[in-house]
Amino acid sequence: MSGFGSHFSYAVTVFLMIAGLFIVMARGNLIKKLVGLSVFQTSVYLLYIAPGKLIGGTAPIVASGYQIYSNPLPHVLILTAIVVGVATLALGLALAVRIREAYGTIEEDEILERDVAS
Amino acid sequence: MSIGQTIGANLPALQVVTPLLAAPLVLLLRSPRLAYAVTLAASFASLAIAIALWQQVATMGPISYAMGSWPPPWGIEYRVDRLSAFVLLLVSLMAAVVVPYSRTSIAREIPADSHTLYYVMFLLCLAGLLGITITGDAFNIFVFLEVSSLSTYVLIAFGRDRRALVASYQYLIMGSIGATFIVIGIGLLYLMTGTLNLVDMAGRLAAGGTSRPVLAALAFLTVGISLKLALFPLHQWLPNAYTHAPSAVTAFLAATATKVSVYVLIRFYFTVFGESLVFHKLPLPQIMLWLSLLAMFAANAVAISQNNLKRLFAYSSVAQIGYITLGLSFDSVNGLTASIVHLFNHGLAKGAIFLLIGGLVIGIAKPGAVPPAPTFDRLAGLARRMPLTSFGIVLGGLSLIGVPGTAGFITKWYLILAAMESGQWWLVAAILLSSLLAVAYVWRFVEVAYFRAPPAGQEERCEAPLTMLIPAWLLLAATFWFGLDTSLTVGTATEIAQQLVRGQ
Repeated sequence: MSGFGSHFSYAVTVFLMIAGLFIVMARGNLIKKLVGLSVFQTSVYLLYIAPGKLIGGTAPIVASGYQIYSNPLPHVLILTAIVVGVATLALGLALAVRIREAYGTIEEDEILERDVAS
Repeated sequence: MSIGQTIGANLPALQVVTPLLAAPLVLLLRSPRLAYAVTLAASFASLAIAIALWQQVATMGPISYAMGSWPPPWGIEYRVDRLSAFVLLLVSLMAAVVVPYSRTSIAREIPADSHTLYYVMFLLCLAGLLGITITGDAFNIFVFLEVSSLSTYVLIAFGRDRRALVASYQYLIMGSIGATFIVIGIGLLYLMTGTLNLVDMAGRLAAGGTSRPVLAALAFLTVGISLKLALFPLHQWLPNAYTHAPSAVTAFLAATATKVSVYVLIRFYFTVFGESLVFHKLPLPQIMLWLSLLAMFAANAVAISQNNLKRLFAYSSVAQIGYITLGLSFDSVNGLTASIVHLFNHGLAKGAIFLLIGGLVIGIAKPGAVPPAPTFDRLAGLARRMPLTSFGIVLGGLSLIGVPGTAGFITKWYLILAAMESGQWWLVAAILLSSLLAVAYVWRFVEVAYFRAPPAGQEERCEAPLTMLIPAWLLLAATFWFGLDTSLTVGTATEIAQQLVRGQ
């Protein structure tokens, strides 16, 4: 395989990355921003995991008849990154709840207006 | 092996594990008084370990510690050299100063039922910052970065003003984008080198030459870390976060968080990529130089027009970061010396100023009320009411300006030396001119506090409590000590810079 075919996973990764980053920047709703942030972070999981997989590769256990092994390390790393992502999302949502209690809105422009008004 | 030897051999692990384990312990204890005692013990233990590590490195050279006895490059390596020992010392010193201070400070600024949680988050933040500094594993840097960042977001949200919540949310978004950029950079490096160990990675990058993914990794890491250290156009999260966070949190963050990010940048630039890649293949020095100059002038100018003292010094922090990155951009021993020294010197001075502002807001608060924001209209005639606090802030300001005799002068001296070395005389003028801007914003405080009469009916003394003044004045004393006796700071920094800038 050459050209686009062998780079398909990277194309998907870059698309998700840009889409996520765009949502974070373009949306004023605090929850939608967090959705974008999650998409952005998730794209990185693909960046790590996709190159670690060899087609036809097995888990790295030495056994007769298996010569090709996939790299297990990216999975372990990304397991950590997923935990970090979940924690970030949980904290972000908790802050959004507190902001809604304090301001009565989760739209960024309205929050700024109310700060100027008070 | 005796217990002493066992502890001595495992100091690198203990440096991070002590605050990390103290955090859940504090959470289980619940009682704020016990929580304070454990936090105090843990932060002083961290300081003691950092000092012991410093001495070990000074006598025996860099320490490589294999976590769980898995030898590097397979296992996670903790690596302490002169640079990381220096930053460990700064971070744990600031923690040991801020914890005794924060007991009085948070009693007024944070609701009583959240005090235990404050200590938990403080310990986690400390563990994260120490972890970033000590680890020799690229992915481990990211994990500790997130440990410290997530706890920082919570610490900022403890602020009583509702704007603290928005500041924390904004920082969470910006910080997570920065951290994700860093993971992308590390991921690309892992794809190209097949290793996560920083030393191993450096060896393979040097052997493998430069390819486009490596340059992309460099770019991603630069942008990600610059977000974290608040390099000029990426600094938007910082003023709000510093202004609305509780005073003790602002002081700790201003002195440590951005400094540790600078450490990560130096680590990646000089240890992993090597200066030939960073400074010759990409126009990074020019970009750094111009962004630093913009930070020095724009942020200082914005600082002058601020009406809130905390926000004023927050913008001043952005400008001071400019001096640090300016030193990096020279790619010379003197420039890097200036950067490393300024990490320490600015940490001391800015830490002291924010600690004093914490005392100041308590002084101007009505008894029992939540301290108000330190806006200038509330500070009129303050020098008569709080002479020690006001004088301390002015002394800290002198170090920000770079008056001879203060630690800030040492930095500017080495920056100017580096500028003259590279033949860029106009930079000398720029450095001096930006210092004049610092004079202007410090003068604004002097003018309001010393030359205006206090509002009628508020002439009585209201000095901050001693538990808050003593930590701040200790840092101020250190600022002047390191302005006169530079053997510890400059001596170490020059040695580090000579090792990092190869071929000199």
